[in-house]
Amino acid sequence: QESESENKLDAETASDSESKSEFGGSAPVPTSDDTPEVLNRALSNLSSRWKNWWVRGILTLAMITFFFIIIYLGPMVLMTIVMCVQIKCFHEIITIGYNVYHSYDLPWFRTLSWYFLLCVNYFFYGETVTDYFFTLVQREEPLRILSKYHRFISFALYLTGFCMFVLSLVKKHYRLQFYMFGWTHVTLLIVVTQSHLIIHNLFEGMIWFIVPISCVICNDIMAYMFGFFFGRTPLIKLSPKKTWEGFIGGFFATVLFGLLLSYVMSGYRCFTCPVEFNNDTNSFTVDCEPSELFQLQEYNIPLVLQSVVGWKTVRMYPFQIHSIALSTFASLIGPFGGFFASGFKRAFKIKDFANTIPGHGGIMDRFDCQYLMATFVNVYIASFIRGPNPSKLIQQFLTLRPDQQLHIFNTLKAHLVDKGMLGSLEDA
Amino acid sequence: SDVPDVPPPTDSTPEILKRALSGLSARWKNWWIRGILTLAMISVFFLIIYLGSFMLMLLVLSIQVKCYHEIITIGYRVYHSYDLPWFRSLSWYFLLCVNYFFYGETVADYFATFVQRREQLQFLIRYHRFISFALYLTGFCMFVLSLVKKHYRLQFYMFAWTHVTLLITVTQSHLVIQNLFEGMIWFLVPISSVICNDITAYIFGFFFGRTPLIKLSPKKTWEGFIGGFFSTVVFGFIFSYFLAQHQYFVCPVEYNSETNRFVTECEPSELFQMKKYSVPPLLQAVLGWETVNMYPFQMHSIALSTFASLIGPFGGFFASGFKRAFKIKDFADTIPGHGGIMDRFDCQYLMATFVHVYITSFIRGPNPSKLLKQLLILQPEQQLSVYKTLKSHLVEKGILQPSLRG
Repeated sequence: QESESENKLDAETASDSESKSEFGGSAPVPTSDDTPEVLNRALSNLSSRWKNWWVRGILTLAMITFFFIIIYLGPMVLMTIVMCVQIKCFHEIITIGYNVYHSYDLPWFRTLSWYFLLCVNYFFYGETVTDYFFTLVQREEPLRILSKYHRFISFALYLTGFCMFVLSLVKKHYRLQFYMFGWTHVTLLIVVTQSHLIIHNLFEGMIWFIVPISCVICNDIMAYMFGFFFGRTPLIKLSPKKTWEGFIGGFFATVLFGLLLSYVMSGYRCFTCPVEFNNDTNSFTVDCEPSELFQLQEYNIPLVLQSVVGWKTVRMYPFQIHSIALSTFASLIGPFGGFFASGFKRAFKIKDFANTIPGHGGIMDRFDCQYLMATFVNVYIASFIRGPNPSKLIQQFLTLRPDQQLHIFNTLKAHLVDKGMLGSLEDA
Repeated sequence: SDVPDVPPPTDSTPEILKRALSGLSARWKNWWIRGILTLAMISVFFLIIYLGSFMLMLLVLSIQVKCYHEIITIGYRVYHSYDLPWFRSLSWYFLLCVNYFFYGETVADYFATFVQRREQLQFLIRYHRFISFALYLTGFCMFVLSLVKKHYRLQFYMFAWTHVTLLITVTQSHLVIQNLFEGMIWFLVPISSVICNDITAYIFGFFFGRTPLIKLSPKKTWEGFIGGFFSTVVFGFIFSYFLAQHQYFVCPVEYNSETNRFVTECEPSELFQMKKYSVPPLLQAVLGWETVNMYPFQMHSIALSTFASLIGPFGGFFASGFKRAFKIKDFADTIPGHGGIMDRFDCQYLMATFVHVYITSFIRGPNPSKLLKQLLILQPEQQLSVYKTLKSHLVEKGILQPSLRG
């Protein structure tokens, strides 16, 4: 995205060249041209600037189409795609680390990085699977034991990796090895936790997955367009191509887009219902009574807008109000994830994270603004939408001692009687 | 290839000790200083235990802050980044955020009655995660805005260094506090086992040491390792026996909202009630007893001591490797003869996590009051359906009589 700024990368000063000599500075790896032959021939007549624009445009449409296909195929495929994206992102960042530190030949390190990725994924998937596949897990004896001692097993696996790391320390390479260890852990923190939060959001209802991601993508595209046509005032030194006009235009466009998309999606149960695993059919189902978030309600339009819009009341889904919060975050804070990635690329003198997507760079380049979005949505849902997961609570309840169970049961009963939900004479 | 400009450690031994030991040779002087400081630290430890849970929590917090400071300072020296714009403020800010997040999660559980009474705290608790996330994001955005053209790489390194340090020091310290609330014995026995292993491995190595253990730490020997292992298991066994008799150590720490203090009073759980165990025939011949009266907790203490002796040292090797990598002798000069706080706590890294995981996997299930709190937040319809499920479960198990009503 920053082709003009490449020239600025060369003008490095004393501080960076000092760190270059300390860490064996890396020359920027020239990016190979991955564009398929077909496209190259079709666009051979155009000038290189327009060609680049067309390549990006076509690939953008291809990715969006791909996105819709995956949504159509359902939650299981979505989970698999999230998993693949996570692995590819991890691989891209780790590879950058290797290039920066010339540490590709460090003993054990590649194995250890993948091993830690496996451990952390095992831990997170175990926590998720136990919640959502509860009945399936209880039935199969090996799974039940794995889930009961899940934390212990995960910790033991991680410890094994830790001890292997300590045993692999080699006299000449201590510092490099510690750097790669730190690099791996920070990457895991960013990439794996985000991807698992995305899957949690997905299980809440596909709309909680689709709307945030679409808002970020929309903001990306809209900010670019507004910047292209109206851009004048630079936004931040880190990304010279971004402008205030693009930023603000993108913000309003994204909020509007979010409202419209939510309106369309709230009408369909397959998007609004929590994803559940049906034990009998052994597949995921999205079937439920839509919660009140997804039922049309009459809202009074504030007087200010009444004269503009001409209506007194409007029928909206409550979810659309939430979508304004999501779009606002995507437009105002999401770009900071992008600036972070830009700073990272400047710091390590790379143009793109990788060359996976022609015209766009690596997978990480596409997902840099999504970093914070997944966490925000998850925290938002936990704080404002729903409380804890009832089935998880029941599951925890069943592991308590009988006297503790009785105490909780009686307190809950008293609370329900208090609220008038339970008649004092009701039984079973 | 690269040698950071690290100042040599200053000698912070108090004058009084220096004069008292001025007659001895350098090697014995060092030994005496270490010995005296060891005794001093152990005494402080016992004093704090006597003063109670609240003081212990404060102590843990202080140690955490000091460890964090030590590691961050090393990072500054390594990268010559002491003058980076904003960075010191940002590091402390992130420490504050993460601590706020963790304390909020703990406080809400244990001080439930205290919190219920105050309206403002209710708000903070309900939206705790959101507030913590917002605070963290502010720090993140400040970091992005603070990126300065010449210092990008350094700033990213320090950012990562800060986060990894937070991961190590802050999470461990909060797990230590969680263990403490489970019962002071779960705090004392693991820490003492690690200290005991340190000391006995050193002593066994001193007297019998011959075969080096690992290249990273040339002073460690196999004889010390194995001797330390057996001594620590025996020590843990005996120490648990004494601690298990007192309610003060064995009961979960609870906050009494009437007296506004921590109390440790309860019916000791079955872990801390004497039981008869049959001695296996092998040991019967050796010991001459057929049965023995033990606390079940002592069996668990064997697991804890084993971990402290076999895996705990890896934390020490990790720290040794770290010190070699960054060419420093000690983390800091806080304790004369011993180095920094981190030098003393390097073997404790993994112990706290292990004890926490051990407790949640084998000892107790989830925290009942936390579960209750979550149940009360649910929507009324959800509460009703949960109530019905629980009732049918309890009736099935015979815990609840179906004929009782009301």
